[in-house]
Amino acid sequence: MDLLHDLLFDYTLRTVALGSAALGAVSGTLGVFAVLRREALLGDAISHAALPGIVLAFMLTGSKSTIVLVGGAFAAGWLGTALLRVITHQTRIPSDSALGIVLSVFFGLGLMLLTFVQKRPDAAQAGLETFLFGQAATLLQGDVIVIACLGLASVAVVTLLWKEFKILSFDPEFGGSLGFPMDRIELLLGTVLVLAIVIGLQTVGVVLMAAMVVAPAAAARQWTDSLGTMVWLAALFGGLSGAGGAVLSSTGGLPTGPAIVLTVSGFVALSMTLAPRRGLVWSWLAARRRRAAIRRDTVLADLYALYLQHGRLEHGHPLAVLEAMSEAGEGTRRSLEALEEEGLARRLVDGSWGLTTEGREAATELLAELQPENGDGGGG
Amino acid sequence: MSGVELEIQLLAVTVGVACALPGVFLVLRRMALMSDAISHTVLLGIVVAFFIVEDLTSPVLILGAAATGVLTVALVESIRGTGLVREDAAIGLVFPALFSIAVILITRFAGDVHLDTDAVLLGELALAPFRRLEIGGLDVGPRALWVMLGILALNVAFLAAFYKELKLSTFDASLAAALGFSPVLVHYAFMGVVSVTAVGAFDSVGSILVVAFMIVPPAAAYLLSDRLGRVIWLSALLGALSAVSGYWLARWLDASIAGSMAGAAGALFGLVLLFAPERGLIALARRRARQRVEFTRQMLAIHLLHHEGTPAAAEESRLDHLSEHLRWTPIQAERIVDAARRAGLVTLDDERLHLTEAGRSEARKAMLR
Repeated sequence: MDLLHDLLFDYTLRTVALGSAALGAVSGTLGVFAVLRREALLGDAISHAALPGIVLAFMLTGSKSTIVLVGGAFAAGWLGTALLRVITHQTRIPSDSALGIVLSVFFGLGLMLLTFVQKRPDAAQAGLETFLFGQAATLLQGDVIVIACLGLASVAVVTLLWKEFKILSFDPEFGGSLGFPMDRIELLLGTVLVLAIVIGLQTVGVVLMAAMVVAPAAAARQWTDSLGTMVWLAALFGGLSGAGGAVLSSTGGLPTGPAIVLTVSGFVALSMTLAPRRGLVWSWLAARRRRAAIRRDTVLADLYALYLQHGRLEHGHPLAVLEAMSEAGEGTRRSLEALEEEGLARRLVDGSWGLTTEGREAATELLAELQPENGDGGGG
Repeated sequence: MSGVELEIQLLAVTVGVACALPGVFLVLRRMALMSDAISHTVLLGIVVAFFIVEDLTSPVLILGAAATGVLTVALVESIRGTGLVREDAAIGLVFPALFSIAVILITRFAGDVHLDTDAVLLGELALAPFRRLEIGGLDVGPRALWVMLGILALNVAFLAAFYKELKLSTFDASLAAALGFSPVLVHYAFMGVVSVTAVGAFDSVGSILVVAFMIVPPAAAYLLSDRLGRVIWLSALLGALSAVSGYWLARWLDASIAGSMAGAAGALFGLVLLFAPERGLIALARRRARQRVEFTRQMLAIHLLHHEGTPAAAEESRLDHLSEHLRWTPIQAERIVDAARRAGLVTLDDERLHLTEAGRSEARKAMLR
């Protein structure tokens, strides 16, 4: 219970965990729309694009307060998305290349400005690099409040424009035909996403922010087909990863950003493996069930064909014959046992196999189903 | 210009050209961000290789990096292959996770070694000339330059040998498969080349500049030409140009060379985006404006032709009536009429418009279309 105690009473851990959780929940919520719109890597591009804004904001104001730097980051990130839209809408450059252009050029410019500032005699710029790699451990209570407020604002926008964002994610042309101003809705969603990303920068850093946008949504997608549930789940996964990563980093002595990213990646791995209906285990089991069902049908049909040749239900057929016919080897015995359990096949006294009356019925039905066009059964 | 300055620029130009060649196909195959992913995950390969050989200068590090590059591609492909997430999301899941593992490994186990995440990401081109290559005691130049020249030669050879296969599988993967070229094989061979290039380049210029060099010049070239061969030449040229201009920008500002080169590449791209003859924003806007004028002129001609010879003709062809009937503002109407008169489609006579013979045929032609 030391952990719980620390979480409640250790100022640093509590602040970091709360801040990271809020951040994870917000970026998870908005990431859902980015992922559904096939813009999963928008987060990566925006977080890189924010750097020149951060440095410029510092150069212009000389202040390093969170709100000033986040403001600069927001302006640059927003400009980056606007440019992205221009490039993808007006030219034939594919959207992923446009993302790459914005990402690398903005970040390069930011780097240029940063090194330019660093050469100046006053060393006040120290600490701007925090934004590059993130430094959750330096989060203060004030920062958490800023994150929470900006986060709440963006969640409020999502709630108010739920219907609009939904239609934008799934069928923007339809939305346009209904008279929704899709361009403006897209712009607004982009703006909120930029906001969510820039407030996360100083916690997890530029490189890892990409994961905070993509991963919670990708994990949530596996569990549900409903947008509402997906958003809640993504917020939950994001929040849990934020808090979990913070705790992990304080107990294990790991850097916070990577710890958060690995936690959220763990959620993705779990979801992709275990989620019902979509997960890998589920589909593996389903494939196995399907294979078994097909094998059982094959063996049933084989028994029926042998019955037709011999004309008597009491005539048994050795396992080896059935194995050779169905070409399923070991599986044949299991299929026969399954059929026996269903009362469709039975083991005769000499250990050979034959159909029951019910089995004969089932086999005719099965064959009729398979060949509906010549319904006279598989005669002779 | 001193020898060192010349060497830095030579190296940067080599990197720019070597990255632009595979970059063209990354852009065309819509895999541009794979370069971003690879240039980040190579850090993991370097760290792991370092733990094995415990030597920061060993060439094994480069091998490890190239191996993680291919591993990244394979991981992204297999995650995408499950059908559970789409390709862009798969990239966004893989590279932050691998990068995180690398950062954790460094901070936990190699804190005292000079294995700097900053240096990896941001690159320090200015230091490259200080690592020399000596053959038999003879100084033949910076090591990175020779490495990059080798990679450039590899890329040129790969392009020359598999140009047809790459081109076909890029533009029509199903046709390539039908003709018996394996798109999968081409894909992995190509991604192998991208990995090696990214690793060699990021060693000297940092991962951000790798992304900039691989994507920005090819994207700009793609706006300038429709011919693959020409796009490749132009990309190489633009890459070299960004390298040189970026270097002098950095000198002038006394700022990061890699950052300035990325900025210069961006500036070149911006120029192309605005001024490209066919596909630039300005050409696009002008074409749209021209089409709008043409369209309204035709509307006017059709309107006049429609009422010509009918009792309403006198009313419908009055200048001040146009705004009512065609919903043009008076200023708009005046401008359109002017354009139509200049084109010889109508004549204006006492506030009334008359179609000329040219105007009539223009209207008929527009209606037939």
